Amino acid sequence: MLIDWFTVGAQALNFLILVWLMKRFLYQPILTAIDKREKRIATEIADADKQKGEAQKERDEFQHKNEELDQQRATLLSKATDEAKALRQRLFDEARQDADVMAAKRMETLRNEEHDLQQAISRRTQQEVFAIARKALTDLATTSLEARLGEVFTRRLREMDDQAKAGLAEALKTATGPALVRSAFDLPLEQRTSIQNALNETFSAEILVQFETAPELISGIELTTHGQKVAWSIADYLVSMEKGVQELLQEKVKAEPKLEDAQPETKNQ
Amino acid sequence: MRLSPDEMIFWQYGFFKLNATIVFTWGLMFVLAVGSKVITRKFSTGMQRSHWQNLLEIIVTGIEQQIEEVGLSQPRKYIGFLGTLFLFVAAASLSIVIPGYEPPTGSLSTTVALALCVFVAVPLFGIEEQGVGNYLKSYMKPTFIMLPFNIISELSRTLALAVRLFGNMMSGAMIIGILLTITPFLFPIVMTMLGLLTGMVQAYIFFILATVYIAAATRVRKRKLGTEAKQ
Repeated sequence: MLIDWFTVGAQALNFLILVWLMKRFLYQPILTAIDKREKRIATEIADADKQKGEAQKERDEFQHKNEELDQQRATLLSKATDEAKALRQRLFDEARQDADVMAAKRMETLRNEEHDLQQAISRRTQQEVFAIARKALTDLATTSLEARLGEVFTRRLREMDDQAKAGLAEALKTATGPALVRSAFDLPLEQRTSIQNALNETFSAEILVQFETAPELISGIELTTHGQKVAWSIADYLVSMEKGVQELLQEKVKAEPKLEDAQPETKNQ
Repeated sequence: MRLSPDEMIFWQYGFFKLNATIVFTWGLMFVLAVGSKVITRKFSTGMQRSHWQNLLEIIVTGIEQQIEEVGLSQPRKYIGFLGTLFLFVAAASLSIVIPGYEPPTGSLSTTVALALCVFVAVPLFGIEEQGVGNYLKSYMKPTFIMLPFNIISELSRTLALAVRLFGNMMSGAMIIGILLTITPFLFPIVMTMLGLLTGMVQAYIFFILATVYIAAATRVRKRKLGTEAKQ
């Protein structure tokens, strides 16, 4: 007999036990593990998708911010450039103004210097001429310069033209005080007398004269009365020389600014 | 000459006996259960896993996939029964490489026991799925005249299941035994390799037929529900 019924029963039972064992130790753990893994993978993929989405979002946001920053930067840059241009222009203008002011000041200083120089030259020339004249007169004649000056003044009084003489006579008449004779030096009595005589003779009257010393009249004598004046001084002779000196200085001043204008241009370049 | 390992009896007490079939079956059960326990003890649910875990996962998911492909939409419900059928028959066949071993599936008692299990399991799964009335009605389809034929078919396919596996396994063992006496060295090895192949094929056939029977028993109602839904 090929079939043993006890063995059949035992094998059926063995098989059922094996089914239970396999379920317990094989299928259940494996399927659970697979399910867990699949779930985990699904979660990870979902997380990854989520993170990807977030990253995308952040990237978009970042790009947007970047663009905004670029725009702001460009705006700020253009603004700064404009401001810098304006500032440059302003500074340039100020510098130019300052330069103009400085140039003007310099011109003024130059002019003052020129004036001072002219005065100095005038003074010096007068003194020199005076000294030369004095020396020459001293050398040429025995008469002192003062005496000669008095003579010249006296001659002038005598040689006055009619119109001037009339004007002076009128002034002498209307004058309340004595006529004032001013000289750079103390006139000797002889000369005083000579002047007094000359006046008396010229105007045919006794004219009251008061003598005064005024150092500012360089080697000269002047007669003033009621607004009228008769004067002679070396200064008169110096006028032509002074003019000549002035012309010379003006030429020099004109030449200098040309040189100065040329210098800033070379600096700018 | 021994046709079945049933004939090798180690211990007997009246009706109860301990023959080679039962002992080898216990051995297989022990190896399968302990092996599974040992391997699944260190199971990881992460991406890193051992070679053994991979092997077991491939086997289990392969069985699951096969059940699903036959037509059972919930393979996890049936994998315990059908998967164990396959693994037991396959393990019994593969173990023929061990010297002194005789496959328990080479005993008609074992194959009958397995066929009886299928024979009982098919209506149980069918009733669970459709209910008693519906399941019993399925025997009278298309007409009540088909009832005896259906019953005969049920019995004969169980017998065929048992005899097919027994015949194949027994013949394999017999051929090797006979060949050992004629050409002792090379030829039995070739035949053993062939036996391994036929053993695996038989395991697959047994498993797939049982799956098809269960699928046939549980699918009637679903088909009916499908047509009702269409109407």
